[in-house]
Amino acid sequence: MEAADRVLVARDVHVSLNGTPILHGVGIDVSPGEVVALMGGNGSGKSTLVRALVGAIPLAGGSVALFGAPATGSARSRVGYVPQRMSVGGGIAATVDEVVRSGLLGHHRLRAPRDARSRAAQALAQLDIQDLIGRDVSRLSGGQQQRVLIARALVRRPDILLLDEPMAGVDLQSQVAFAHALSHLKEDGVAIIIVLHELGALTRHIDRSVVLEGGRVTHEGAPPQDLGIHALPGHDHEHAHADPQPPTSGGVALDGPA
Amino acid sequence: MTLLTDPLVQRMLLVGLLVGVAAPIVGTYLVQRRMALLGDGIGHVALAGVAAGWLAGSAAGLAQRDALAVPGAVLFAIAGAVIIERMRAKGAAADVVMAILFYGGIASGVLLIGVAGGSNASLLGYLFGSISTVTWTDVWVTVVLAILIVGIGLGLRGALFAVTHDQEFARSTGLPVQALNMIVAVLAAVTITVAMRVVGVLLVSALMILPVAIAQRLTTSFSRTMHAAMAIGASLTLAGIWVTLTQNLQPGALIVVLGVGVYIVVTVVLAARQGVRRGANS
Repeated sequence: MEAADRVLVARDVHVSLNGTPILHGVGIDVSPGEVVALMGGNGSGKSTLVRALVGAIPLAGGSVALFGAPATGSARSRVGYVPQRMSVGGGIAATVDEVVRSGLLGHHRLRAPRDARSRAAQALAQLDIQDLIGRDVSRLSGGQQQRVLIARALVRRPDILLLDEPMAGVDLQSQVAFAHALSHLKEDGVAIIIVLHELGALTRHIDRSVVLEGGRVTHEGAPPQDLGIHALPGHDHEHAHADPQPPTSGGVALDGPA
Repeated sequence: MTLLTDPLVQRMLLVGLLVGVAAPIVGTYLVQRRMALLGDGIGHVALAGVAAGWLAGSAAGLAQRDALAVPGAVLFAIAGAVIIERMRAKGAAADVVMAILFYGGIASGVLLIGVAGGSNASLLGYLFGSISTVTWTDVWVTVVLAILIVGIGLGLRGALFAVTHDQEFARSTGLPVQALNMIVAVLAAVTITVAMRVVGVLLVSALMILPVAIAQRLTTSFSRTMHAAMAIGASLTLAGIWVTLTQNLQPGALIVVLGVGVYIVVTVVLAARQGVRRGANS
């Protein structure tokens, strides 16, 4: 596939946080309908890479292209981003509806569209949490909050979705709901980059994995079955996956509806 | 009720109502951004602006030497807000920046008023408010600025909520985060100069924050908190001004004390209700 056909192409990405270099020339790309798992140990730079790809933090070097062109404000309107945790703001309560509708704003769109309420309800229904619409987000469980964040990204009807550890600390019910939503998105041609510590419920949906270590890509190809090994320094990722076997373990394989 | 026919009373109540409604709108965004004390920092810079305006009025030989005090306060407050926002965006500790402006503003104000030939007593009206001296010109200036604050504060509520609730996500959507943060800071500066006449620089932040703190205890949504805070702000200012029409009390201080009192009552009543519920469930 030509680079221009890819949804996202990042080349030689360098990022420093508070003067400390975190990413050292990382490259990653994703095509329509492809699900790429971004893996690696703690501190490997996974979350930093995702934040840099969505424009939440600046690049110290390299480039990010979206839909065949440099990532600009208008291109970002087609991107959905799910951060690792719910921001609690300054303590003023906010309803699920308010949080999800904030996902409808963007470049040159400072006010939500007229059908904002129905679109928010649809996004919540995709994740089976439509009954939470009027609830205070700060009083929801971790799994419910995570689904609200995903709904906030989905309400944008994105062409690419980047998720930072959406399964961390999430209950089984939320994992099942997310796996179902993911399979639908994939069928609809949405490109997905998802940060994971373990494949778990999503094993059957992952097309490719990129493993980071110390801010560099150390493996790209078939999803590793055991990230614990990949997180170890000096692990030979290339040869370990020369002949990848289909995953047989790594959590409950929860398939979405066909 | 005959008091209502008095033009001065009408002016006081109108200014109080406008400020009471407008200030909590900005306060809601400041509380959400954990910058409740921003108003204090900007307020003290505004005081330096009052003194600078006084100095400019004296230098220009104006008959009314404080004619440029309010324009001076607006300019200084906006400049202070822009500096704070830019420093914060660059990663500086917001509390330290605010503290420096806080001290620098009040000290500069005292020095400048001396250079202008005034005394520190000249600043008292600005420090503690002087609503009983408002003119129709003051009223119209307040009307225009209040419309600006309410129009922008409510019109951009979705975008300003997005930025204050989750800045990183807002940035990923392509929202102009830096510009929106700057709008909140400038709105805060304008609000402070408007509210300065009612409660004074020392208590101006209370008018933005107290109604929000009370509303926060009563609602479970961002927009309802803002609307409730606007109603509470208007009620507090009108009640405070009304009482001081017959009692020899300082309006600004009374409004703030009333606000603190309502906050305490609401907190105690809610805690008692929770206690009763827990008792019933156990």
